[in-house]
Amino acid sequence: MTTRRIFLRTIAAVAAAGLATMAVAADITGAGATFPYPIYAKWADAYKKAAGIGLNYQSIGSGGGIKQITAKTVNFGASDMPLKAEDLDKNGLVQFPAIMGGVVPVYNLKNIKPGELRFTGKILADIYSGKVKKWNDPAIAAVNPGLKLPNEDISVVHRSDGSGTTFLFTNYLSKVSPEWKEKVGEGTAVKWPTGIGGKGNEGVSAYIKQISGTIGYVEYAYAKQNKSSYGLMENRSRKFVAPNDESFKAAAAGADWAKTPGMAVILTDQPGASAWPITGASFILMHTKQDKPESAREVLKFFDWAFQNGDQMALELDYVPIPDSVVKLIHAAWKNITDTSGKTVY
Amino acid sequence: MSVNTHELVERQAQAASDRATSWRNTVMDGLFRNLTRLFALLVLCLLAAIFVSLVIGGWTAIEKFGPRFLVTEEWNPVTEDFGALVPIYGTLVTSLIALLIALPVSFGIALFLTELAPTWLRRPLGMAIELLAAIPSIIYGMWGLFVFAPVFQRYAEPAIKATLGNLPGVGALFSGPPMGIGMLTAGIILGIMVIPFIAAVMRDVFELAPPMLKESAHALGATTWEVVWKVVLPYTKIGVVGGVMLGLGRALGETMAVTFVIGNAHELSLSLLAPGNSIASALANEFTEAVGDIYASALIELGLILFLITSIVLALSKLLLARLAKREGTQT
Repeated sequence: MTTRRIFLRTIAAVAAAGLATMAVAADITGAGATFPYPIYAKWADAYKKAAGIGLNYQSIGSGGGIKQITAKTVNFGASDMPLKAEDLDKNGLVQFPAIMGGVVPVYNLKNIKPGELRFTGKILADIYSGKVKKWNDPAIAAVNPGLKLPNEDISVVHRSDGSGTTFLFTNYLSKVSPEWKEKVGEGTAVKWPTGIGGKGNEGVSAYIKQISGTIGYVEYAYAKQNKSSYGLMENRSRKFVAPNDESFKAAAAGADWAKTPGMAVILTDQPGASAWPITGASFILMHTKQDKPESAREVLKFFDWAFQNGDQMALELDYVPIPDSVVKLIHAAWKNITDTSGKTVY
Repeated sequence: MSVNTHELVERQAQAASDRATSWRNTVMDGLFRNLTRLFALLVLCLLAAIFVSLVIGGWTAIEKFGPRFLVTEEWNPVTEDFGALVPIYGTLVTSLIALLIALPVSFGIALFLTELAPTWLRRPLGMAIELLAAIPSIIYGMWGLFVFAPVFQRYAEPAIKATLGNLPGVGALFSGPPMGIGMLTAGIILGIMVIPFIAAVMRDVFELAPPMLKESAHALGATTWEVVWKVVLPYTKIGVVGGVMLGLGRALGETMAVTFVIGNAHELSLSLLAPGNSIASALANEFTEAVGDIYASALIELGLILFLITSIVLALSKLLLARLAKREGTQT
């Protein structure tokens, strides 16, 4: 994903520079999270061919996306971390998920193949707290019978930049370990008790390749494309599952989207026998009251089209499309987006 | 008489045209002077504007944390409690290591190029050094991470730990597990990066030393070392200090290369082998996703601190030069 992502970003930068001078009135503008950027760019490209309307998406980070949509400089914002219902109400925003992905633990241990090592949430929390220091710790050995674990120090690697991946990971650790929740907490960036920081999935992955005995966490798409040594995770039903499209979908299916205000569902530690425990969605933010209803209509048209036609493209890039049952709820949420007179725009 | 009148008229016309020319020249001179003055003032305005906007941007954090910001090592985005000690320490330590490495090497390069190298070698070698200076810093960072760090981890760090690590006192600087990434690695990479800058400036100023002085020294029986140390260096010290400051400025503000190899951990550790953080790399890492006013503001305050550190370093170097010049005055 690295090279493609850099390539796409370069294209976007060039395109943005070009668009700034000759912006077509009908084009949609969006800004925010970097994690979903490749799929938004791919959808935008296909949509331009299908409907003739372009999307100018700037992947400046979730924080920037929230700022830009609040300031109304873009048609929509994007965030990996869902906004709380009260924050949405305060800023007059509506939120819906657009794409999903997962976070997987990866490691560098000689003689242990990808998918062989098993983790529980508790073990990950203890490793990242610096309490479990050796790979042959009894806690790890207990869930990995039959594996010959080396007597080697564990070097912890985390993200140095703020990121939705870190948010999902720390959110999960907070859910499974009360101690983690109290001492570290959750967020796109946290105060790590131990370890070194790599910039981006590329940085974490590079450290793990270079240094023996390391453990880290990266986006699923990244781990898959780089053939990293990923681990299995124990989910809430006490089953060990592998990260893949099926286990991410299972996590999304178990969530109660309808009852969560603002659809602010965080898909970590979801019930379901085959659910991957560290799954998450990336969200789109729009104003409920639209001064320019026609551009809001174009945004919704775009995502409507993407939900109908974009699943295959998402799977090709190792993202997980939003399940149809959730898309129905999203359509219901769209009814809240109105023009200044209170008429629904789409 | 008619001839005289004619001459007079001509002379008058000439004088008028001279006056016009000189008037035009005065106006143009004035215009030009003011234009250049405007350009120079623009630099000052920019500098002031940057300073003011950094203060405004960082005000929330300045107000909340006060001077405590400079001395606390806490950096917790979750509880929004921030302190700049770790990045300040990392910035200063890596730059210091870089200078310790770059200074002697650059001096050697400049000395060789100006005094010892055969003439045919000087041009290509000099060009090679200038080319090194043109390599983008991210290349140094990637080379550091993918090539230098593994080698350093496997061979150099265990050796350093086994020797320097056992010395009393200094040993604490070289303790901890060898990871290949950390403040020492960042300092070494920075050192390699600033060598071409310092070496190029040193070579240029060494060439400016008047041949007559050097030849006189040689004629008095001085060795090449004595000529460089006692004639060339004193003659060119302002330029040399300028070159060093240029290198130090680059080392202090370097972002990408440091981010790759410093380990990006907000942990205060005496050991140079341990991961740390620098101001520039903390900014590069965290700015995009800094959600919340205090977090963003704390990062901008970090930027302000870097700005001030660079200014202080520059001021100190000017002071150093002034004192050197003064001492010279008393000696001769």
